[in-house]
Amino acid sequence: MQPLTNRSKQVSHKEMTLAERAYLPAIITGLGITISHFFKKKVTIQYPEQKRYLGPVFRGQHVLKRDEEGRERCTACGLCAVACPAEAISMVAEEREKGEKHLYREEKYAAVYEINMLRCIFCGLCEEACPKQAIYLRHDLFVPVFTERDHVIYGKDKLVENMNDRYLRAAWTKEEALEQDIKDITPQPRIQL
Amino acid sequence: MLEAGFIIKALIILALFGVTLLIATYSTYAERKVAAFLQDRLGPNRAGPWGLLQPIADAGKMFFKEDFIPAQASKWLFIAGPCLSMLTALMASAVIPFGDSVKYATKEKLWTIPVQAIDVNIGVLYIFGVVSLGVYGLMVGGWASNNKFSLLGAIRAASQNISYEISMGLSIIAILMMTGSLSMSEIVNQQHGGNWNIFYQPLGFIIFITCAFAECNRTPFDLPECETELIGGYHTEYSSMKLGFYLFSEYINMFVSSAVISSLYFGGFNYPGMDWVHAQLTNLMGAIAGHNVATLIGTAVLFGKIFFFIFFYMWVRWTLPRFRYDQLMNLGWKGLIPLAMLNIVVTGAAILFLKPLLTALLK
Repeated sequence: MQPLTNRSKQVSHKEMTLAERAYLPAIITGLGITISHFFKKKVTIQYPEQKRYLGPVFRGQHVLKRDEEGRERCTACGLCAVACPAEAISMVAEEREKGEKHLYREEKYAAVYEINMLRCIFCGLCEEACPKQAIYLRHDLFVPVFTERDHVIYGKDKLVENMNDRYLRAAWTKEEALEQDIKDITPQPRIQL
Repeated sequence: MLEAGFIIKALIILALFGVTLLIATYSTYAERKVAAFLQDRLGPNRAGPWGLLQPIADAGKMFFKEDFIPAQASKWLFIAGPCLSMLTALMASAVIPFGDSVKYATKEKLWTIPVQAIDVNIGVLYIFGVVSLGVYGLMVGGWASNNKFSLLGAIRAASQNISYEISMGLSIIAILMMTGSLSMSEIVNQQHGGNWNIFYQPLGFIIFITCAFAECNRTPFDLPECETELIGGYHTEYSSMKLGFYLFSEYINMFVSSAVISSLYFGGFNYPGMDWVHAQLTNLMGAIAGHNVATLIGTAVLFGKIFFFIFFYMWVRWTLPRFRYDQLMNLGWKGLIPLAMLNIVVTGAAILFLKPLLTALLK
């Protein structure tokens, strides 16, 4: 019969030799293999102290982007809230007043924008639904562990991008990230406590 | 008035007892650490530096767990099981010589106290007796649990220990024929320097260490507690510190059997060049202090050997898979017992014919 893979091996039922029946040579070989692992480099990443790079498109904490002039991109259309399978997003829309052009890019904006981080499953569907490219899940920041109930809901104060420390994503695939600069792929995700 | 010798002896016994418990405690840590390292992991490292407080954390956890006794269990036997297990495990190290002797001079006389709890002339027999009592702890516990898995584990433990005790005893007989004594200190003293029994009894050693693995219920012979088939084996129903006692007694057994292996086959506290070290130290520090320091070095050497064998136990655990029960019995009855008997015959022949020949040649 034609083998499906070339990994198959013919099983033989030949009589074992004395050395094989005595177990000991095989046991000693096995002990040699295990002791060689004793001195090998350990693969453990000691998580809270050590963090590994999670890729350029890791879905971490949300950010509400501003444009180049510092205006909020979000127009409070509510598509993200509709797309959200966990129903974690809620918002209150408001019309832009005169003299607020430097704050909001569109005529309508989100006066309140809240994400319940206990509900959020970090699927990134809000990011995909957004027509204004306003919401992103940043690759370099985890949502920290909650210790209080009222820390769970993230409002605009925590979500809107800080212009002094803008969130920029240099690469969109691992290959891109590798191509650009090898150093770029190994930053430690910042943790906010 | 208490005599100085008596106090020193009591201190030695107390120290040995404490060291036994300490080593058993840290064997649990070592087991997890060695297991981790053999599997390319780091092991416990959160409790204290390098996880050194892990055994204490474990014990604390054990104590605060619910101490559950099943309604259908035989209550007194259920409690007696782990106690027996612990008791027999701790008793066995009494006759093992952990060092040469401690000298202490008072005005009246010079005390020479062996570093051994009791120096009886039937030491080997005593160890065997206590070790075979050890199975009662498992038997009683497994029986009293009133659980089929516990009972199966207990039955396995009993039959395994009985089977392997035979070949263990037979493999020891060859040593007894060579030394002509049952006293542990006599056996150890005859291996003075590098004249260890392993060089005369390699086959006996392999049989003995295999049986020691089976007697301690360690992998590849840990069938009494094999969790894939029997949940937890004889300790399925146990919780809290009763379970802790069972597990702890296993580690004490491991320590004691490592000590026995080192004493019987690897010269105990003897090491090559010990006479030279002894002479240097007595020249340097005087007869008494030098002797005591030399004894201490010997004890350290013995503990080095013991640690190696404890490590070996763990090393084998993460190398070999568990035997099937019929394979275990086959190995014990059809493999090791005939080999041990052959070993006796060969040793007897060597003592009868080879030894006179060699002594004649050397003269």
